[in-house]
Order: sequence, then structure tokens, then C-alpha cells
Amino acid sequence: MKAIKKLTTGAVSAAILLGASQFASAETLRLLTWGGYAPDEVIAQFKAETGIDVEVTKSNNEDMISKLRATGGSGFDLAQPSQDRISGAQAEFDIYKPIDLSKIDNSLFIDSMLEATKNTTMFDGDVYGVPHIWGTSGLVLDTKMAASVKDYADLCSADVAGKVSYRLKRPTLIGFAFSMGLDPFAAYGDTAKYQDIINQVTDKLISCKANVKTYWSGGDALMNLLRSGEATAAMAWDTGGWKLNKELPNVTFVAPTSGALGWIDTFVLPRKTKAEDAAYKWINFVMQPKIASMITNVAGNFTASKGGDVEVDPELQKRFKASFSQADIDNIKWYPTVPAGLETMEGKALDRINAAK
Amino acid sequence: MSCDLECQHLVKQFDKFTAVDDVSFSIPKGSFFSILGPSGCGKTTLLRMIAGFYEPTSGDIKIKGKSVLSTPPNKRPVNLVFQHLALFPMMSVAENIAYGLRRRKVAKAEIDQRVKDSLERIGLPDAGSKRIDQLSGGQKQRIAIARCMILNPSVLLLDEPLGALDLKLREHMKVELKQLQSQFDTTFVYITHDQSEALVMSDQVAVMNHGRFEQVGTPQELYYEPQTPFVADFVGESNHWEATVSVQDSQRTTLTTTSGLSIQTQTTSNLEIGQTVNIYLRPESITLGQEQTTADNQLQASVKSVLFDGAKSRAIMTNNDAEEIIVSLPQTGEFSDLKAGDKLSLSWRADIAKVFTNQA
Amino acid sequence: MNSSQTRLTLILLLSPFLLWLGLLVIIPHIDMFFLSIREKVAPRTYETSLANYAEFFTEPFYWNTLARTAFMSILATVLTLIIAFPVAYYIAKMLRGKTKSILFLLCLLPFWVSELVRTFGWMILLRETGVISSSLQWLGLIDGPIEFLYNDVTVMMGLIYTSMLFMVVPLVSTLDSLDDSLIEAGYDLGGSKLSILKEIVIPHSMPGIISGCIVVFMLTLGNYLTPILLGGKSSMWFTGQIYTQFITRFNWELGAAFCFLLLIVSSTIVWLGLKLSGQTLASTVAKS
Repeated sequence: MKAIKKLTTGAVSAAILLGASQFASAETLRLLTWGGYAPDEVIAQFKAETGIDVEVTKSNNEDMISKLRATGGSGFDLAQPSQDRISGAQAEFDIYKPIDLSKIDNSLFIDSMLEATKNTTMFDGDVYGVPHIWGTSGLVLDTKMAASVKDYADLCSADVAGKVSYRLKRPTLIGFAFSMGLDPFAAYGDTAKYQDIINQVTDKLISCKANVKTYWSGGDALMNLLRSGEATAAMAWDTGGWKLNKELPNVTFVAPTSGALGWIDTFVLPRKTKAEDAAYKWINFVMQPKIASMITNVAGNFTASKGGDVEVDPELQKRFKASFSQADIDNIKWYPTVPAGLETMEGKALDRINAAK
Repeated sequence: MSCDLECQHLVKQFDKFTAVDDVSFSIPKGSFFSILGPSGCGKTTLLRMIAGFYEPTSGDIKIKGKSVLSTPPNKRPVNLVFQHLALFPMMSVAENIAYGLRRRKVAKAEIDQRVKDSLERIGLPDAGSKRIDQLSGGQKQRIAIARCMILNPSVLLLDEPLGALDLKLREHMKVELKQLQSQFDTTFVYITHDQSEALVMSDQVAVMNHGRFEQVGTPQELYYEPQTPFVADFVGESNHWEATVSVQDSQRTTLTTTSGLSIQTQTTSNLEIGQTVNIYLRPESITLGQEQTTADNQLQASVKSVLFDGAKSRAIMTNNDAEEIIVSLPQTGEFSDLKAGDKLSLSWRADIAKVFTNQA
Repeated sequence: MNSSQTRLTLILLLSPFLLWLGLLVIIPHIDMFFLSIREKVAPRTYETSLANYAEFFTEPFYWNTLARTAFMSILATVLTLIIAFPVAYYIAKMLRGKTKSILFLLCLLPFWVSELVRTFGWMILLRETGVISSSLQWLGLIDGPIEFLYNDVTVMMGLIYTSMLFMVVPLVSTLDSLDDSLIEAGYDLGGSKLSILKEIVIPHSMPGIISGCIVVFMLTLGNYLTPILLGGKSSMWFTGQIYTQFITRFNWELGAAFCFLLLIVSSTIVWLGLKLSGQTLASTVAKS
């Protein structure tokens, strides 16, 4: 019932927001993004240069899609979902608007990333996203206590029994599939094959459940688990590992042998954006190398800005290099776009794992 | 004489406050005993000690000669009719009456029979299946008594049960209660602040004040022979004056009230010249009308106002604006046209006024 | 005042309530119902069908979760009643004046912070490196750390804790209205403590018991944070499932069907409870 209430109030307040925004000055950019992607000093500098206010709402992939779906793509002027969650969501819910690439300063982007994102966010011949920040998920380990863990599958070994934590979400299914020698991305287009992979992973995760301390859902909860030593091995984002490494030298991010999972968060326009010009201005502003460095220092992840690491904290560069050899970088498995419908299969698998004893 | 209830030197203290202060009395079997007193005099505390809801600070309570101090309320052979009756609204009338028997594990068939008998006895044979809120005030009263009496208690305690009834019904229930008591032939201990209830129903009345018994006696004794100023004042109505002893011989003593009225009384051993005293004179002891040379006290007074109240009609008289004297009007019709300003003669016997010396 | 004016006043007085009822209760539920009988056949194409309801009955996971949620909620309600009754009795009948209001206020105190904060409070106490585990180790009562979180007992405790107030308040108010002399009369007529409780106190407080139970049951059934956070990897709660369907699976159709199933189950259980206890909703609501 809570969920209904939440949605209803969400819908109503969004409706009110929509009404109110008619009167709000056009010089406000309502940004739906991740924590750390729009630091205060960047917003202040943007305001100083363009006179545009930025109003930030922190969110995550599912939440962004749910919010935009509830309002039919209104309430926000710019959103930042991951690139694999764009064309599928567009196919299902029609919540985005194609990007006008002529308004983007292509020279600010790392070419290969821009091209890759254009391809993955293509729907019906239109491009919907441009890249902003990229990162990986892999293992965050206490390297002393969980030295034996080299890959996701090792989380099920007796060495770390009761000390493991991961999310009960799709990256876990994908990561385990790779570490079991399967290739889920290759099976994206073949539902039967994909179902078979999912079934194998489900069995593995159910048998592994006893090893799990708890499934984490928020970044802070995970940090607390690792900090207190209640968990020594987790599946998580690279930045989480590097952040902990500052306090606890033993804990850091480790790229798994089967490959870290690479994601790219993008810029997309919600279908009913009201400040399109301001959105393009923001994109071109934050992709400047200096600004991109500032964002990297706050968010902990690198950007798709060409030369965007110029002013990045050397400590962070060092941590990145410690976690990723060149071979590890080459081995990153980039998420291809998720075809519509796969998430239903994955959802059921996750439910079954949750229900298992 | 066998006593159903006997209290010996009962004391009950709440923190520093002494609610019941060294009270002793005994009640003969089958009598109707009332405890009369103003609110806050300790009568309810006394009753609750007898019922077992309070433990006395010291003293003893004996029922049929046996101390019941160690017996909890649910085992004592006394039952209490509560001020607001405390009938159980969640049960029918029959279930209310049967409650005590059910607790005693009496067989079902016997309970049914006894409840039926009990309802017939109180004149409500068809009320068994009714709900409590369907009963009238008087019916509730009878059910509450029947609920206790079915257990054959040695003593039935009643805590001002007529208080909530309207005047007419109260008058009626006084008579009915007295009848019920003689019918059941059980000792009733009845507490009230209403002197009329106490006087009408009781064999013996105890007047209680500040935790102590002022006087215990028959209603007539209390009315005509009050032993303390409090009893004189509380039971019935009186004219009350403060006075000093001014002249005294072996037969007669003259008392002068603060405003100068002279009153003749009988000489008693405890009166001395110059002493201050309280005089209580009942309005109905004063004769109104013709001059009577034989009267001990005689004075002229004018009517200040007439308080008409049927049989209890009175006149407020005044003597040279000195003292107000309340006088009962006889119901012979002789004074039915009395009005303010009329002059009349008042007279009364010397021995009829009660005089109490001022003692600490 | 003529009748049209009276009517206008009535309409004006009722309009906030009617607006609330219409906009936030009835319309969303109608919307939700239509959503629940819609089946997605292809992206952006839907057909009317009962497939979502069929999905619930064919997938044991879903109805197991609902059955478990309902069972745990009933158990939590019963346990809350058993714990709250003596507390309410003590507050209503044993205490007077200031102590009474202080104790009543103490029951309210946990509700000055949000449910989330309260639940995190429990987590700080109960986790493996938490206050209780460390204290027990420090006292030498246990050898190694103990994890108190992530099991059904902890979830149950959290649910009871969250529900206590909603049981205590109606119980205190009905027990307050019980005349002390009824209890004394019970003793006076030979009743024991147990028989007075059974024949006088409980029958009198039945409306309070029922309304407390309804509120606690509904709150528990609809609770989301406590079972999810304290239950951890073992938590299976139906509202969690609804949330998942709506927010992470984007499957609003199935989520809406689940909402209706939850509504039906909770209404049925409340109706059964009223039938079994011989109370009506009207008498319960009116008296407490």
C-alpha cells in the first residue's frame, strides 16, 4: 500500500510541479542525476557564466525511469541514466527526446566513447544519449581477509562464508554469469539462451545464499558493512572501493578476472523538457576538461571529456592504476543496451533467489 | 447478643491524613445500621475497609466473631452495593445475578433456579434476559441488591446507592429498601450523607465526622438527644446561636446571645457564669401565637419572610433586629395567611434548647 | 437559515474530505484497477486481460510471499496485543495523575522520530558489531560476535515495536472508560483476577482490542521499511514485492494487481476477525 501512496503522491506532486514550472523562470535547469555528478562549485560557476540556476534531484537508474514514466517524461529538463537503460526504456515508455547532436560540442568528447554511446542509445534511427561519466563495478575486498577472492564466483567459497555482500540486482546476475564462463551479453538477443544462462546463475546464487551476510541496497549501508568488518568481500562500484581505501589501506577495488562490468552514464533529454537550450549549455559546460576534472574529484569516476583528467587528484589516479592494469581495462565488459523484456526474466530470477532459504 | 459485624479501634491513614480515627462499634444481627456524615468524613473509607478493599492501619474487623483482616474481598462474607451500582453492562440481568454463584462453581441447574427465585422475590420475574441499559433506576437498584443477596452474605454494605435517583424515586426506594432488609433478614450497613435516608430506614445510626463517630444511637435519640454540637447541627434543622452565661441559679440559667437576646435554659453542672456556649433550638419546638405566661421563654417578633415548602413551611422571624429565628409553621391552616411584617409571639420550654459549652 | 444555505454549508464543510477521498483514494484506485487488468503484449501495446492475476497464482513465489506476509502480520498483531494489554491496563487502571501522563508520553516518544531512523537505531543495536553484541562480548557472556539482524525474530520484534503505540492508545482509552467499581464489584462477588479479566475487563475493552488489532494489522501488512531493513537477505514482504514491481521492474501492471490482491486479503482478514469476535466495524469505531 505504501508503494501506491508513494506513487500517488509522486504523481500529484509532479502534477503540481508541472503547473508551477509554467511560472518558474525559464532560466532554471531541473537536473535528474546521480549523487556527486553536479557539485555545488560547478553549479555556482555555471550560474556565474550563464545566469542559469541548476536544481538537482539525486536518483538512480530505476528511479529515473520510474519518475519519468509516471509523468510521461516531464518534471525534469535533463536526466542521466546509464546508456544501457535508454533505448529499452524509450521503446517501452516513450519518455525521452532525441538529442540534437549539432548543439553538442563534439570536440569536447573522447571520440570512441561518443561513438559507442551514440550507437547504444539509438532507437528508431535517432540518437538519445551522449556520454558523461563512466566507471565499473567489480569486487571491493579486504585484501587481507579475502585474499582468495579473485572473481565473482569466489564469493561463494568457504573462505569468506558469512562475510559476503552484493546487491540483488541485474549487475549481480551478469557478473556471476561471466565468472561462470558464460556470456550473457552475447545472448541478449536470444531469449531462450538468455533464460538458460539466467537459470544457471540463479541456481548458483541460491546455493551461495548461505555465504551472504546481507544484500546491500544503499551505498552507505555497504560502506558500513565493510568498515565494521562484518563483510570482507563485496560486489560494488569502483568508487566505493577507492573511497574506503582512503580510510582503510587494506580495502580497495579489485577488477575481477572475468572482467569488470563497465557502464557509462549519459545525458538524455526527457520528452517534455522545458529548458532544452539550458540543457545543451550545461552539457557543453561540464565537458570542458577543467570542469570535468572537478566533477571527477567529487564523484570519484572519470568522465568522457577529452583531457578531462588534467586536474584530477593524483591520489585518485594512483588508486585507479592500482586497481586496473592495462589488461584489466581491455577486459572491461561494457553493458550493451538492454533489449525490452529481459528485465522481466531477470526480475523473476531475483525474486526466486530472494525467496530461497 | 450476637453481632454480625464488629469493628475494634479501626484506624486508616493515607500518608499524613487520618481518614478513619479509632472507630469501634458492633452491629447486632439482622439490624439496619446507617453511618451518616458529610462527604469527606471517612465513611466510605470505613465501608471499603469492611468490604476488604482497604487494609486498616490498625484495629480489627470481626464478622460473626471471626477476624477477617486476612481474608481478601472476594472471600469475605460481606457484599457491597456500589454507589453507582456497578452492574455489569456486558451481561444480562440474569447473568449479573448469577455471577457470584458461577464463581462459587454452583451447578448450572441450581443457579438457574436460584436466579429465578431471586428475580421473583424482588418483583422482576421477567427481567432476566434484559440488558442492564433497559432497566429503570429503581429496577437497577433491586437487581444490584439481588446480585449480592443471592450469595447470602452475613452483612450487606450499601454505599449511598440512592444518590443517583430522582427525589420521588428516592422516597419510594427508602421504604422499599427497608422492606427488602426485613424480608432478607440480613444485617445492612448503609452509608449516606442524607439524614432523611438514615433516619427513615435505620435501627441504629452512627454520625461520623472527621474520621470519628460523634454519636451512635436510634434515630430518635440522635434527633432529640444530640450529644455533640455537630450532631445537633447535622441531624435535622436548628436555630444556632452563640451566647454567654450571664445569670445562673439552681433551676434556671440565662444566656445572652452575641446580639443581646436573652434565653432561659435549665441549669446543668457544666455551666458557669461568663462561659461561652452554643445554643441549638429546633424550629418545630417553638410555639407560635398567643402569649403564654407559663412559657420559660417568651418574646415578640415580626415576620421577616415566609418560606413556603408544604409540610415543611417555615417563617424567618426577627426580634428587634437582634437575632433571626426560624420557626416551623404548624399545618393546621392557622398561619396560612402569614406575611412579612406581621407581629407574633414566640415561646418555648427551657429544657428544649440544647446547650453545648465551647470546648476545644 | 433556509435549507439551501444549510446545504451549501454542508457542502463547504465536506468538500475538503470529499476532495481528499476523490483525488487521493478513489481515482488512484480506479486507475490502479484498470492498470491491473492490462497485459503488455509488446512494447507500448496492451490488452485487457487477467494475466497479471493469473501470474500471481501460477508463480508460487508470489503467493508464498503474500501468505507469509499475512501470517506474520496476524502473529505480530496477536503478540502486540498480548504485550500491549498489560501495559495499557497498568497505564489506565494502576496509575494516576502525572505518572500516568508521563508513562503515556513515553509510549509516544519513539514516534517523534521517523520509522527509518527508528529502524536504523535497531540496526545499530543489533548488528554483528553493534552495541548488544559488543556488550555481551565485553561482559564475557559470549565468545564471538553474534548477528542479531536478518532473521524473522528480529523482523517480528521490529514490527511489534512499531505497532505498540497503535495498540496501546485505543486500549488505554477503552480501559479508562471502564468504571473501577465494576472490577471491585467483580472481586466483591467472589471473582478471581482471571475471571474478572475474562468476564469483565476483556468484554468491556473488546471495541478497543478490535480497533487496535485492525490498525496494527493493516499497518504491519502495509509496512515496508521494517521487514526489508531488519530482515535483510531473508526478508520477503509483499509490499516490498509491490515496490519492486513498480520501481525496479517497471511492471506497473503486475504491481497494480498485487495491490488489489493485498487489499482483498487484508479486507478479508479484517472481516473474518470482526465476524469471529462478534463485533461490527461501526461499534468498534464508535466506541474507541
